[in-house]
Amino acid sequence: MRQAAVANRSHSPSLAELASRYGLRVAGDRPGLAAYTRLVWSYRHFIVAFGTAKNAASLSTARLGKLWQVITPLVNAAVYFLLFGVLLNTRRNIENFTAFLCIGVFVFGFTQQVVMSGIRAIGDNLGLVRALQFPRAALPVSATLTQLQQFAYSMGVLLLIVVASGDTPSLKWPLLVPTLVLQLIFSGGLSLGLARMGSTVADLKHLMPFVLRTWMYASGVFYSVTRFEEHLPAAFAKLLELNPMLIYIELARQALLEVPPAPGLPVPVMWLAALGWAVVVGLGGYIYFWLGEKEYGRG
Amino acid sequence: MAERTEASGSVSVIDDGRVPTVVVDDVHVVYRVHAPVPGNTPLTAFKRIVSRAPSPTIREVHAVKGVSLVAYQGEAIGVIGSNGSGKSTLLRAIAGLLPTHRGSVYTKGQPSLLGVNAALLNDLSGERNVELGCLAMGMTKADVREQRQEIIDFSGINEHGDFSSLPMRTYSSGMAARLRFSIAAAKRHEVLLIDEALATGDAKFRQRSEERVRELRKEAGTVVLVSHQANTIRETCERTIWLEAGVIRMDGPTGEVVDAYEAFAKSK
Repeated sequence: MRQAAVANRSHSPSLAELASRYGLRVAGDRPGLAAYTRLVWSYRHFIVAFGTAKNAASLSTARLGKLWQVITPLVNAAVYFLLFGVLLNTRRNIENFTAFLCIGVFVFGFTQQVVMSGIRAIGDNLGLVRALQFPRAALPVSATLTQLQQFAYSMGVLLLIVVASGDTPSLKWPLLVPTLVLQLIFSGGLSLGLARMGSTVADLKHLMPFVLRTWMYASGVFYSVTRFEEHLPAAFAKLLELNPMLIYIELARQALLEVPPAPGLPVPVMWLAALGWAVVVGLGGYIYFWLGEKEYGRG
Repeated sequence: MAERTEASGSVSVIDDGRVPTVVVDDVHVVYRVHAPVPGNTPLTAFKRIVSRAPSPTIREVHAVKGVSLVAYQGEAIGVIGSNGSGKSTLLRAIAGLLPTHRGSVYTKGQPSLLGVNAALLNDLSGERNVELGCLAMGMTKADVREQRQEIIDFSGINEHGDFSSLPMRTYSSGMAARLRFSIAAAKRHEVLLIDEALATGDAKFRQRSEERVRELRKEAGTVVLVSHQANTIRETCERTIWLEAGVIRMDGPTGEVVDAYEAFAKSK
């Protein structure tokens, strides 16, 4: 390469020619999808360390510290139980309403937290993005993992609640694992997609709580899905039953409850839908985020 | 927006066999800034959305307007200019951290930017920040474990007690800056971009960091240094670029350029 350079001394190359002659690469260029994925993987230690550090930092000033990871889900469940179990009494013929409700609240809460932290993932760390070069997907992925860590505590609390409220552990319980894995992939993809949108449209984080609340009421968190069929036109009710969050919550209930509520869709169909949502949104969100890789420093 | 266009041919390219590490080809950088505008009420915001008028709260700042330059291996280049002349922005564009609006930046390897305000997590201890910073630069876990103590020692934050286990928010600004410099300097860089970072710290640390910069240059690196202090530039760089209002005013041997800049600054 250097020999060629000497030979070319006479004529004056353009800057781009000079750069390519010495094998320089375009700064901040977006690598291909496979290379990008490898890069993200090579940053896995950073992703984990960053997530853990953020989690520790957010709790470090609270007096109860890490105890909040257990208190938050408990208080959450208690509030919803008071509202929907006691005051509004939506339990109707649901066998173990406490467990039914807690599964809904915790499973939905996870996706909700992941989405909210995804939207802020770039904006809140703009200083880091402008200071260091690393695959930006590390930020939303790390935010998702932080929420997953929190979710693990919630799940521990949840299993205790399920047992304490009268259900016995059964052989169906392990089915919870694939359900939650699919939900994790779905939520992670959603978070990546929204991270890209949230990095340019700051209004999104003000709007999203309302979207999420509407979504929660359409996901059968507090009442059985059979209510949709009673009150809505049949076609619309069927459409609502494909709602991914409804499906993940229903599958979790199928796994954990001794007498699960009557599902809106046949269980195998729900599994297929759960898988479909995870693949489409998980992959779609990742690719959408990758396409914007060059732009995140702009803010 | 791009009301001024400088010809990219203003830099004459001579391929004399020296190996370029950074090629900046007619680069323009535009920031989008969300700025509060007087008289921006909910009602006017609504009207604007209905009439699809562009938002006045988003203003575009054309910070770098057509800069071209070539940096070579083993070179140390100083960048001077008044406040807001686009020096830091240019550095970020070279590091690939800010997308260019027009033009391209080509670099050898991944340049590293070393700035005073490189964000770390203030709620976490210095040690934790060292680990995170190193991992973010792409070091492996084993490397980090090996170098952690070395980095803390170099920064000198433990000289007056065990500060490395305290949260960074308890550090003085000088200590925090020293730690950041030490983290960034722990890695070999083919291209190191330094933004005002050498000015921090006490005399002893400044000497140590200048030594480190010389070492990095010896390892066949290129160093680009932004500084307001003409002395720092005179001591470390043999070539200097004077940037004014996003355009290169002068590019040449440090002595000439710094003298011209100082004369300009005095005349203002």
